[in-house]
Amino acid sequence: MEVPILKQGRFLIATIQAALSDADLQHLRRALVERVVRFRSRGVVVDVTALDVMDSFATRTLLDITHMIRLRGADTVIVGIQPEVAFAMVQLGLTLEGVSTALDLEEGLAHLNQRAQEGA
Amino acid sequence: MSDKPSATPIQRASEESAAGLLHELVAHLRQNRTQLREEWANRITEAQLLTAMTKEEIFAEATSVYDNYVEALATGTFEALQSYSRNLSERIIPRGVETHEVVGIVLLLRDVLARSLFGKYRGDFTKLNRILDAYEPAANRIANTVAVGFVQERERVIRQQQEAIRELSTPVLQVRERLLILPIIGVIDPHRARQLTEQLLQGIRMNRAKVVVIDITGVAAMDATVANHLVQTVEASRLLGATVIVTGLSPEIAQTIVNIGVDLGKMNTVGDLQGGIEQAERLLGYKVIPMPEQGQTN
Repeated sequence: MEVPILKQGRFLIATIQAALSDADLQHLRRALVERVVRFRSRGVVVDVTALDVMDSFATRTLLDITHMIRLRGADTVIVGIQPEVAFAMVQLGLTLEGVSTALDLEEGLAHLNQRAQEGA
Repeated sequence: MSDKPSATPIQRASEESAAGLLHELVAHLRQNRTQLREEWANRITEAQLLTAMTKEEIFAEATSVYDNYVEALATGTFEALQSYSRNLSERIIPRGVETHEVVGIVLLLRDVLARSLFGKYRGDFTKLNRILDAYEPAANRIANTVAVGFVQERERVIRQQQEAIRELSTPVLQVRERLLILPIIGVIDPHRARQLTEQLLQGIRMNRAKVVVIDITGVAAMDATVANHLVQTVEASRLLGATVIVTGLSPEIAQTIVNIGVDLGKMNTVGDLQGGIEQAERLLGYKVIPMPEQGQTN
């Protein structure tokens, strides 16, 4: 299932709506990294609220996306990690080091706005 | 048994006489009840056991234990003794009676009775031997039953108390918009640690918290497992977008955390709860200023 990517002002919002296959994740990575420059976006929000499992490949891909988008000149924030998922991830050692996280979409956008202001 | 041809006459005779001996033994113990019981109670006092109880109480309990003991010897069934020892334990554990005291008094009774048997059959060593053969296994089983009953009761009490402690759940409190505090008091075992984490992560989501202060001033020490768990909780909170500040680490806990080799860059720690809340306010952009009237009086 493809992940819809919405443009919202200076930001891109990718909302993952169901469990993704590895191919879907790779597709998401390509699409995001490509569009962030095409739309001259300042930041990207990846919303994972609907995910109740986060395996090492998904975590790894999110980490890659963040780093690649950073290199393409924008910030990424992962939002909506469920409490149980968060603890399971930490126990597996998947701590998303160096990645910004926020509670939900609203928080994520507020975070990106703040970052944009700091940069401006 | 008697119609089985395989049982030799000698075996049968020894079985019969064992029962007979036990019978004789019980009769002897019943006959000398008053004297033996008193001697036992005196020995308990001398040995300074059951110091939590008065002399009268000891004597009253000694009487019941003695009767139950003889009863168990006579009938060979231990149910009555078992329920009595459970009942006794229930009464004396809250008064601070220790395991060694209970085991001690039962062994004293065993000793008192054995001595009395020695006294009685001193003249006839063969008979004394056979009496002791009948008495010892039964006496051992009785001592065992009482000790096990006591320990089981004690364990039950401990389990009950652990349950009670767990139910004193740790509250997750909101002190400012988007600022939670989680004061932890008492011992944290892995079970409680899990519960704490769950409550905190749910609390973060429900209150939309940005900053959480976990205060562990009331925790004297924690083992490596629990310390690890604490670190994991801090990281999981970050994944939910909240910053955690840990305050009030005791020197022992600091040592534990250093020993397990936590990357301190990930842990935000402040000396005391006040400092933690102040830092949290700074992170959230709050500024606490004194009222102007107070400023003028200075």
